[in-house]
Amino acid sequence: MSDRHEPLRIEVDRDRCAGAGMCALTAPEVFDQDDEEGLVVLLRPDPPPEHRPTARMAAGLCPAGAITVGENGDAERAGP
Amino acid sequence: MPYDPPDTDTTTVDSPTADTPTAGSTTTADNTTADTTTEITTTAAEEPPTLPTGRHTGCPFDPPAELTALSDRPLRRLRYADGHTGHLATGHAAARAILADPRFSSRYELLHMPVPVPGMPAELPPAPVGDITGLDAPEHTRYRRLLTGRFTVRRMRQLTERVERFTAECLDAMEQAGPTADLVEALAQPVPALMICELLGVPYADRDRFQSQVAVIFDQAADAEARGGAYAGLLQYLNELVLAKRAEPTDDLLSDLTASDLTDEELAGIGGLLLAAGLDTTANMLALGTFALLSNPDQLDALRADPGLAGQAVEELLRYLSVADPILRAALEDVEVEGETIRAGETVTVSVQAANRDPLRFPDPDRLDIHRKATGHLSFGHGAHQCLGQQLARVEMAVVFPALLARFPTLRLAVPPQEVPLRERSNIYGVISLPVTWDEA
Repeated sequence: MSDRHEPLRIEVDRDRCAGAGMCALTAPEVFDQDDEEGLVVLLRPDPPPEHRPTARMAAGLCPAGAITVGENGDAERAGP
Repeated sequence: MPYDPPDTDTTTVDSPTADTPTAGSTTTADNTTADTTTEITTTAAEEPPTLPTGRHTGCPFDPPAELTALSDRPLRRLRYADGHTGHLATGHAAARAILADPRFSSRYELLHMPVPVPGMPAELPPAPVGDITGLDAPEHTRYRRLLTGRFTVRRMRQLTERVERFTAECLDAMEQAGPTADLVEALAQPVPALMICELLGVPYADRDRFQSQVAVIFDQAADAEARGGAYAGLLQYLNELVLAKRAEPTDDLLSDLTASDLTDEELAGIGGLLLAAGLDTTANMLALGTFALLSNPDQLDALRADPGLAGQAVEELLRYLSVADPILRAALEDVEVEGETIRAGETVTVSVQAANRDPLRFPDPDRLDIHRKATGHLSFGHGAHQCLGQQLARVEMAVVFPALLARFPTLRLAVPPQEVPLRERSNIYGVISLPVTWDEA
C-alpha cells in the first residue's frame, strides 16, 4: 500500500465504542474522546501519511472494533 | 468480594479469576506432555486436562510449565471443577477473537469455574448490584457509558501530578523509615489506594480508615472472616459516602453519578467494583513489576538510565506478568473459533498469561524486554469489557517505577529471591510482601 498517494478513509462507530481510550492513546493526532461519555471522536478522517501507521495500529487495538480503515474505496473494519 | 478488575471494566482485567489451589496441589493433567499431533479435534477417548495453576512453583514470573505444555494448540477442551467439559484458549488470536465476540457472555450465572474456589458455590449467582463485569449488553453498555467519560486518556493524564505527589510522599516516608522496607506496604498499595480515594472523592479525614480496611481485605494472611468483615465495613462506608455526595456534591466520580438515575445501592456497588478492580491489580503490578525489574538488572538499568522508556516498560511488564488471569466467557450460541466449535452453554477459559506469551504474537515471549512493542497484550482484557481504568493504571505505573528507581539508585531485594512470598491463592497474582533495601546516601 503506498501511503503516499492513496487516500485513506477512516470511520468510527460511536455505538460500538467501549470508551477504553486505546485510539486516543495510540494515535492522538487522529482520535480523541469526548469528555461526557469518553467515546471516540474522529479528528482526521484522512490523516496525512506520517500519522497513518499509528492510525492503523489504533484500529487494530480497538477492543470494540469501532474503527474502520478504508483504502481504495473498500472499507474494512479492523479487529473483530 | 467481587472478583475482577477492570474487566475490563475497571482497572485491569475481567474475571472472575480462579483462585489458585494451595501450594503443592498444582493440578496437572495426565497428558501434559506437549503432543505434536496436528489433530485438531479431541478424540472421545482423550480425557481433557484440568487448568494448570501455581506459577509460584517455578519462575515466579512465568506461567506454570504445564500450561505452557497445553499451549501447543490455540484452543483445546478443558475439564472444569464441576465436571463440565469446556474449553481453554491459550493462543493470542483465539483469545482476542473470543473476548471481542458478543456471542460470548460475561454473566457469572452462566459460567463454570475451571478450578474450585474455596467458599464459592459451584453455581455462581448473578453479578451483585454495580458489578458490571458480570453483565452483558445492553445492561452493561448503559452502566459503562456512565463511567467511561470519567476515565478518558485526557482525564487520567490530568491526574499525573497527583500520582507524582502521592508517590513522592510514599518515597519520603520509606526513606525516612529505612533502609529496608516492604515495598507492598510502603508504596505499591498506598499509591493506587490514594488514587481510588481521589476518584471516589473520599475525604482526607476518612482516608486512614479507608486504607486500613482495604489493607485487611487484600491481606492474604488474614482469615476469611476478618476480610469479609472489612469488606462489609467498606461497603457500609461507601453507602455513607454516596449519601454524603448526594447531599453535598464535590468534584469526583461518585458526585457526578448522583446526577444520573442510578440508585444509592448501584452507586455503592460501582464504588466497590472500582476498588476491587483498581487497587489490588495495580498494587500487584507495582510490587511484582519491581521484583521482575530487580531480577532483570539489564532491564532495570535501561529504565533507570532513560525514564522516557517508562511507557513502553509498563506495557511490557503488563504483558510479561499478566497478574489478572484468567478471563471466563460462556457461549450463548454455537461459535466457530480456530476451526473448532464452541457449543452454546460451554465455558471458555481465556488464559491471559498464555496468550501474552504466544510466540506467534510476541517473539521470544519469555524474555522481559522493555524495548519491545508489547502493545496488543491482553492484560486489560479485550472487547466491550476491556479495563475501564487502564489509562489510570498506566499513569500510576509510568510514574511510580521511574520515581522509585531514581530515588534509590542502590535498590535491591533484602532477602534471596526465592524467599519473596508469592500469592498462591488469590485471583490477582503477585507478591505478599517485597522486602527491599538500599544504601543510605
